[in-house]
Amino acid sequence: MQALYAQLLVGLINGSFYALLSLGLAVIFGMLNIINFAHGALYMMGAFVAYFLLNNDYLSIGYWPALIVAPIVVGIFGMILERTMLQWLTGLDHLYGLLLTFGIALIVQGVFQNYFGSSGMPYAIPDQLKGGMNLGFMFLPIYRGWVVIFSLVVCIATWFLIEKTRLGAYLRAATENPTLVRAFGVNVPRMITLTYGLGVGLAALAGVLSAPINQVRPLMGADLIIVVFAVVVIGGMGSIMGSIITGFALGVIEGLTKYFYPEASNTVVFVLMVLVLLVKPTGLTGKAA
Amino acid sequence: MTALTDDTLPVTPRAIRDEMIVFVVMALLLASVPFTGVYPFFVMQALCFALLACAFNLLIGYGGLLSFGHAMFLGTAGYCSAHALKVWALPPELGILVGIAGAFVLSLITGYISIRRQGIYFSMITLALSQLLYFIYLQAPFTHGEDGIQGIPQGHMFGVFDLSKPTVLYYVVLVGFLAGFLLIFRIINSPFGEVLKAIRENEPRAISLGYRTDQYKFLAFVLSGTLAGFAGSLKVFVAQNASLTDVHWSMSGEVVLMTLVGGLGTVFGPVVGAFVIIAMQQYLAGFGQWVTVIQGSIFVICVLTFRRGVIGEIAHYFRRSL
Repeated sequence: MQALYAQLLVGLINGSFYALLSLGLAVIFGMLNIINFAHGALYMMGAFVAYFLLNNDYLSIGYWPALIVAPIVVGIFGMILERTMLQWLTGLDHLYGLLLTFGIALIVQGVFQNYFGSSGMPYAIPDQLKGGMNLGFMFLPIYRGWVVIFSLVVCIATWFLIEKTRLGAYLRAATENPTLVRAFGVNVPRMITLTYGLGVGLAALAGVLSAPINQVRPLMGADLIIVVFAVVVIGGMGSIMGSIITGFALGVIEGLTKYFYPEASNTVVFVLMVLVLLVKPTGLTGKAA
Repeated sequence: MTALTDDTLPVTPRAIRDEMIVFVVMALLLASVPFTGVYPFFVMQALCFALLACAFNLLIGYGGLLSFGHAMFLGTAGYCSAHALKVWALPPELGILVGIAGAFVLSLITGYISIRRQGIYFSMITLALSQLLYFIYLQAPFTHGEDGIQGIPQGHMFGVFDLSKPTVLYYVVLVGFLAGFLLIFRIINSPFGEVLKAIRENEPRAISLGYRTDQYKFLAFVLSGTLAGFAGSLKVFVAQNASLTDVHWSMSGEVVLMTLVGGLGTVFGPVVGAFVIIAMQQYLAGFGQWVTVIQGSIFVICVLTFRRGVIGEIAHYFRRSL
């Protein structure tokens, strides 16, 4: 039973990364009509920024500030990408956005691989979150519990920002009809840039959260992004809550698979995608592409 | 939504005559390679990738479907052929057939699944399917996991042609490439190809004209996948191994890059693109991961400034379709 709970926890953690990443993909796709292939590379950058901040002799900035600084740094990097490259794709076929961001991902991952090789570098768990507690039925490492709860809070906060605030209302309106929203005096291009920054920042945040668990590697996001694509195909990109729930649910299913049939744990998400496509081709949240 | 290729010139007898002339020149140039002292292994490798890129281009350039998982056909056919040659000890021609059959079955299954969604989702689905296959091959016993199938016997094609001789192998690969290329050329200029182009330009209109567009796209997918498998089978004889690299997503990305560099939706673009990218990898092999960075930069530059590709720009300049 212990092993089952442990795998469930691992599943919940992977699920929180799926949720944070697919959430960002959905927000970006809504505004920019681009599937951000560079999302995995930017997730990796988030982890690396935290690593640099900690290991730089002059800065040695720890985990807690990194949790805020890394998403901002990567978010700014993302906004520069949007201003200098992505914005020129407006009006072109969606596929060009995929190709461009794939190229960006190759560049970013290649540069990091050149300097850091392919092996992982450890990132220590902050002192406050070390150790674990005994819940009676299982032993819970505090850091892992923290990752799940914190991701959940961030996801809900993002959902609240987009669905319940005035800024979110502008955002949703601009997704529907950018020209009309511009006519009301809202600076839509700036909003697009900020949206890309937000989506990318969420990816970087997931990167920082995963650094103590999965180590910091240049290719840590390369395979993850493909799984997240499958998550997005399953859940659809129509709804924010849909992305969050699908992300967590698939993580849990993956965890269960690790316990009951470990051989299939790498493939279960893809197999589920195939099943969903066969039964309900539009994805679970149901909006046609 | 703007179409991927903006130069849609009508298919006229003159255009086809132009393309046939270019084809004959290309065939003669390639046939003379063994007499020039150019390293034949390099050209053979490039020819296999050129055929793969042409097959991929059939789907994106004429069907508007961007497959991000074409490596799965290359790799699957490679594994099937390698297994048939080494374990079953079949002659080369049957080995190739087994590989093609493998890719054909795979394209039936994956096509049935992925054709259900359009545009960007189609790309993500094909990518996810190829990753699924990658993990299956990683664990399956017959692929030998990380080691791959190595030391594949080359044998005698039709009992006559000794494939262990580089020159003989070169001409066999060349004939295979030219046959595949001509078949694609024929498909593009057939009524079926015209309907595909119509679907690419405006799918709702094609539907309203009474075409069952899903069936056309499915057929295009199967043709493309099977031809990509043919390229994979040929590659087994050149590389004499079949490994996980051929199924990996980065291979799918390279195929996209070759076609993009040469020109999406051009007849000869993928061939030029394949030669450019393979040559680049050859010369930059000593630079390690910088090759990845350079490939990424080419992606970015092509998308931002050079969307027609090499052949597309030339064709646009001369107002011809190439």
